[in-house]
Amino acid sequence: MAQTDISKHRFTAGKLNLRRFHQARWDEPVIFELSTPGQRGILVPPVEEGIRSEVGDPLEQLPAGMRRQAPPRLPELSQPQVLRHYVRLSQENLGTDLNVDVGQGTCTMKYSPKINEQLARSPKMTDLHPLQDEETVQGILEVMYRFEQILKEISGLDRFSLQPGAGSAAIYTNAAIIRAYHQARGEAGQRDEIITTIFSHPSNAACAQTAGFKVITLYPDEDGYPDIEALQTALSERTAGLMITNPEDTGIYNPRIDEFVALVHEAGGLCAYDQANANGILGITRAQEAGFDLCHFNLHKTFSTPHGCGGPGGGVVGASRDLARFLPVPTVEYDGSRYTLDWDRPDSIGKIAPFYGNASVVLKAYAWCLSLGAEGLREVAEIAVLNNNYLLNRVLDIPGVSAPYARGKRRIEQVRYSWQDLAEETGVHSEEIGLRAADYGVHYWTSHHPFIVPEPCTLEPTESYSKAELDEYADILAHVAQEARTDPDVVKTAPHNSTIHTVDHSSLDDPEQWAPTWRAYLKKTGRMANESGAE
Amino acid sequence: MNPAPNRRLGLIVNPVAGLGGRVGLKGSDGAEIQRRARELGAEPQAPERAAGALERLRNVENLKILTYPGQMGEDPARASGFEPTVIGAIQRGETTAADTRRAAREMQDMGVDLLLFAGGDGTARDIYEAVNLSLPVLGIPAGVKIHSAVYATHPRSAGELAALYLQGRVDRLREAEVMDIDEDAVRQGTVTAVLYGYLQVPYRASLVQNLKMPSSGEEAAAVASIAHDVVSKMAQGCLYIIGPGTTTRAIADELGVPKTLIGVDVILDGQVIAADANEAQLLALLDEYGDCAAKIVVTPIGGQGYLFGRGNQQISHRVIQQVGRDNLVVVSTPDKLHTLGTQPLLVDTGDRAVDAWLGGYVEVITGYNQRAVRKVSA
Repeated sequence: MAQTDISKHRFTAGKLNLRRFHQARWDEPVIFELSTPGQRGILVPPVEEGIRSEVGDPLEQLPAGMRRQAPPRLPELSQPQVLRHYVRLSQENLGTDLNVDVGQGTCTMKYSPKINEQLARSPKMTDLHPLQDEETVQGILEVMYRFEQILKEISGLDRFSLQPGAGSAAIYTNAAIIRAYHQARGEAGQRDEIITTIFSHPSNAACAQTAGFKVITLYPDEDGYPDIEALQTALSERTAGLMITNPEDTGIYNPRIDEFVALVHEAGGLCAYDQANANGILGITRAQEAGFDLCHFNLHKTFSTPHGCGGPGGGVVGASRDLARFLPVPTVEYDGSRYTLDWDRPDSIGKIAPFYGNASVVLKAYAWCLSLGAEGLREVAEIAVLNNNYLLNRVLDIPGVSAPYARGKRRIEQVRYSWQDLAEETGVHSEEIGLRAADYGVHYWTSHHPFIVPEPCTLEPTESYSKAELDEYADILAHVAQEARTDPDVVKTAPHNSTIHTVDHSSLDDPEQWAPTWRAYLKKTGRMANESGAE
Repeated sequence: MNPAPNRRLGLIVNPVAGLGGRVGLKGSDGAEIQRRARELGAEPQAPERAAGALERLRNVENLKILTYPGQMGEDPARASGFEPTVIGAIQRGETTAADTRRAAREMQDMGVDLLLFAGGDGTARDIYEAVNLSLPVLGIPAGVKIHSAVYATHPRSAGELAALYLQGRVDRLREAEVMDIDEDAVRQGTVTAVLYGYLQVPYRASLVQNLKMPSSGEEAAAVASIAHDVVSKMAQGCLYIIGPGTTTRAIADELGVPKTLIGVDVILDGQVIAADANEAQLLALLDEYGDCAAKIVVTPIGGQGYLFGRGNQQISHRVIQQVGRDNLVVVSTPDKLHTLGTQPLLVDTGDRAVDAWLGGYVEVITGYNQRAVRKVSA
C-alpha cells in the first residue's frame, strides 16, 4: 500500500486526498494478565475506632446470603497501570469521536454534545440514588415530568413511561400493553397474532413472540412497499395488533401507513409505532395523526444521549389516552407544587425495569431538546433527510451499487444499499469493502438480521455531518469500489492498518457454540446443577 | 503457521451441457438433440463456464485438481492456469452421460475433498446416481435446465464457494435437491419436473454472500422450529399428505416416523399409512377416509419457489381440489423465502383453473408461532 505523505495537503488540484488511518497496536494483554498479587490502586482506610465501637463491623450488617465467602478474583493493579491499560485499548479503536460515523445505519449515530455529558456527570446527578425519598429528588422528577411533556408534543400521544432501558425493552412494553388491553376486554385468548413487516426492526417480531404472540410477517410488494393485500390476508378476529417501523430499515416510508392503521383498527387490533429512530420525521409527522395507539423513541438514537457500546440507553413508550392506564409503574405526576411517583395504577403491566428509568440518559435527552427548541428539532429531521438524499445521489453514482426495493424513489433518513453488482463483477463482498474503508478511517456496516438485501450496506448520515464529510465518505466508497476492480486483493486482505485485521465469525454461524448469558452457558454445558449447588 | 493442507478437487465438465439452449431446443439430453444443436450452430458453453469458476480457485494453496481429459475438465483447468492430474479416457467430442458417471465414481474412489461439476439438471442426475450423498459436490451452472438446487447462482460464485470450502472457511453441508424435467414433454409444452434425490452441497446463505452471514446452524434450528409448530397443531383423525423436501422431512422426524425424502407420504394419528404414494393412491385414501379432514403439507421445491408442479406432481390438481385451499399448510425456512425477493411463490398443477384458484396470498409457517404472508401466482 502507498505510504502516507504527511506533507500532502487535504486537496490536490481541487481533488480530495483520502485520509490514511493507522490504528495503534499495543499488543495489550487482558487486564487479568497484568495483575501482580498485592498491587493496589486504592487503599481503603480502616474504619476509625470511634465509629467501630459505635456501629460494630459494618459488614456484619449485611444479610448473610449477600456476603461473599471468598474475595472476588479481581486483577490487582495500581491506578496508573489501569489508566495506561484503558487508554491503550481506546487507541486500538475506530470510535465515534474520531470518524465520520455515517456507516452504522439504523443506529442514528450523531454528535452527542459534550456539555450534556458534563450535566450528567455533575454531582447533582451522580449523587442521587433511586431509593431516595421522592421529596429529596424533586429536581430529577421535574426533569422527567417536563421531558414527558416534550415527548407528548413530539408524538401527539397522551402519556409516556421513561422506564424501559432501551429499544427492545420498549417494544416488549408495547407488546405487553397490547396483551393487557385485550385481556381487559376478555379477548386475550382469541387475539394472539401480531403482524409486522420484514423490514421493520426485527425486535418487533422477537419481542412480540417473547410476549407470547404468534408473529405474522409481511413481505414487500413488487414496488418494494409493505404489501397492503398481504395485510388484508393476515387480518382476522385473531389479530391483536400491528407493530412496525416506518420508515423501514431500508429508509423507505410506507405511503399507505394510514390505511394500514385503519385496517388493523377495523379488525379490532392496536397499532404500535416503532420510532426508535425518528430522526427523519421529528416535527414532521406524528404517531397520533397516523392513528397509532402506542409508540416508542430511543433516546440513544434520535435524542443523542449517545448510542455507545451498550451503555445506558432509554426506550421511552408513549400511549394514547385509552391505553395510558396500562403503562409501567411508577409514572411521574405533578400537582402544581410538587412532583410525585404514582404507583397506584391497578391496570399497569407492572415494571419493565427497576425504578423509573435511566435518569442520567433522560437528563441528557431533555438538555438536547431544550438546546434545540421545537424549530431546532424539526430542523434535525430536515437536515438528516437532506443529508441522506445527498449521500444517496453520490453513492448511486458509483458503478456497482444499487438501492433495492422502491427503486428510483427517495429515502427518508437512511438507505440499505446493495453491492451485489460489484460483488458479481469483482468477487469483492460488502463486508470486505467495509474492512477496507477502515484503512481510510471510517466505519462501515452491512445489515442486521434478516439478511434479505444481498451484499448490504446501510448508511445513515444524520444531521451531524457536513457536506464535505459526506463527500469524503462517498469518495472513500468510490475509491474502494475502484480498487475492487483494479486491485481486488488489497480490498480482500483489508484492513491493513488496524490492530486486529479480521475476526473469525465462523463461531457466530453455529448456535451450538455460543450462549447469550453465563447462565445459558452453564445450562448448555451441563454445569448448571453443580454451579448452583456450590453457591 | 502450519502450511495449508493438501486439497484435492475433482472436476467434471459436461461439454455438451447447455448446447441446446441458445438454439431453442429446451435442453441437451440425448445424442440426437446434441447433433441437432450442433447443426443449428451451437457451441459448447460448459468448458468456458467451468474456467470462469476455476479462476476463483487460484488462491487456494496446495490445490490438486483431478479431472478427465479434454473438454471434460483438462482443457478448462489448463485454461485457468492449473496443471491437473488427468485420469480416465474418453472419445474426444463424444462424451456421454456414462462418462460423467464413471468419472464421478473414480473421483469418489480417489477420495477427493470436493467434486465440482459443470452442467445442467441432467448432469446433476448423473452425479447423483454415481455418488449419492457420499461426498460433497457443487454445481457450476452451465446447462439449459437448472431446476436443481445443487448449483451456485453463477460460475464465479461456484468457484468462490468451492474455494471457501476447500480452505475450510465454509465447513457446512446441506442436502440440495436434484431435479430434472422431461425435455420431450417440455417440447410438447408441458413441464413435469421430478425430484430425483439430494446431493451434499457446501452451504452458505445463497444471496447474501457475506463472510459472516448465517448459517446452516440457523437453518437447522429453523427447520426444527417449523416441524415443532406443525406437529404441535396436528389434529387426531386428520389425514396429513406430506410433500417431499428436507423441511417436511423434519416433521416426520419430530413425529418419529420415516419419511420418503423424494416422495409423498400420508400420516394419520402420528402413523404413516401410505409411503411414497402416487396420485391414484392419494385420491383413493381421500375417498376411503372421506369423513376425515385432510391437509396438504408442502414446501417450495428447488430454487425457483414452486409450491406445486415441481417434484411433487403426485399432489395433483385433483388431490388439491379434494383437500381444499384452506387446508394447505405451506412451510419454508425464512432463508428460502428471502432468496425469492419479491418474486411470488409459484404453482403449476397442470390445470389452469386450479392454478388460478390457488393464487392470491398464503400463510407460510417459517418457525414456531411464526408466519409469513406470501403471494402465490401461476
